[in-house]
Amino acid sequence: MKALQGFAWLLVLQSAGEALARLLKLPFPGPVVGMVLLLVALRWSLVRDSVAAVAEFLLAHLSLLFVPVGVGVMTHLGLLGQYGLRMAVVIVLSTWVGLGVTALVLRALMRGDRPDAGLAAGERDAA
Amino acid sequence: MTDFVQLWVYLSSTPLFGLTATLVVYVLAQAFYARMDQAPWANPVLWSVVTLAAGLTATGTAYPTYFSGAQFIHFLLGPAVVALAWPLWQRRIALRARWGRFLLASLIGGTAASGSAVGLAWALGLPVEIVLSLAPKSVTAPVAMGVAEKIGGIPALAAVFAVVTGMVGALSGKYLFDALRIDTDATGWMARGFALGTAAHGIGAARALQVNADDGAWAALALGLQVVLASLLIPLAARML
Repeated sequence: MKALQGFAWLLVLQSAGEALARLLKLPFPGPVVGMVLLLVALRWSLVRDSVAAVAEFLLAHLSLLFVPVGVGVMTHLGLLGQYGLRMAVVIVLSTWVGLGVTALVLRALMRGDRPDAGLAAGERDAA
Repeated sequence: MTDFVQLWVYLSSTPLFGLTATLVVYVLAQAFYARMDQAPWANPVLWSVVTLAAGLTATGTAYPTYFSGAQFIHFLLGPAVVALAWPLWQRRIALRARWGRFLLASLIGGTAASGSAVGLAWALGLPVEIVLSLAPKSVTAPVAMGVAEKIGGIPALAAVFAVVTGMVGALSGKYLFDALRIDTDATGWMARGFALGTAAHGIGAARALQVNADDGAWAALALGLQVVLASLLIPLAARML
């Protein structure tokens, strides 16, 4: 029941996010607005307790959710044949640039800092 | 034989088929991944996509027929993006203490990933719709689709680019970080995880989460920040250029 309530909260906040994004002509996609709304709503234990279980389940299987879109690559085989090699070069190199730059910048910024997972006491187990 | 063919024609045209195929193939790919000690090359998203795409092509099943069932899984991406608030909220103390530095790293890393993609694509002479679809490639697929649509790219192509980017990050991240001598101490895991979440979104984060819990936590944080920054700044940058 908790998980079901949590899922209902996610859908309600996503809908609210979609509505706000449209009404206020925000540059963010609806689910992103929903994420910000949930960040605020998590202050209340009513939301927090029910969302926790469902959020962890969804995020633990996040990679499954990309499979249907990924299979869509088969509909772009024409473009792939024509530009595939160049697109692959762009994607691989820019991903390496992004990974390398981020890791080096963050390491430089955090020099001298001793990070832990940043969890409040008692939340470490749940994470 | 003809009975079998008729049965196949019937079953493959129902939404049940796409949903079942996706789930079964993914569960098998996940088991294979576990069997291979979670080697980066055995990435379950990669092999699920390859297997399903090959299977659909071999049996002459159209993508829309497959998607009529797979859309139930695809739909969950929306609630999953909302759910990203959870790991962020859990790490609010670390965030509050270091938010300026995280924001700066996210901004620089995201700009490097997106900027190098657009610059390279431009230099290699790719058509403008493809260049624009490459811009949001380091944000999670549903957001990348939304951003691509706003700036004049092709949403479906942007989603595929995002998925491929995630797989490249998940596959090669470990070797790249080792080559750059990023340690595997607390600060090192923070840098590795945060970089995977920034440049390789959910697929990178999923990989990070399997390697190390802290690694995954920082990846989730980075991916949440990247979603907000990219969906605000990429349309803005596109308007100015």
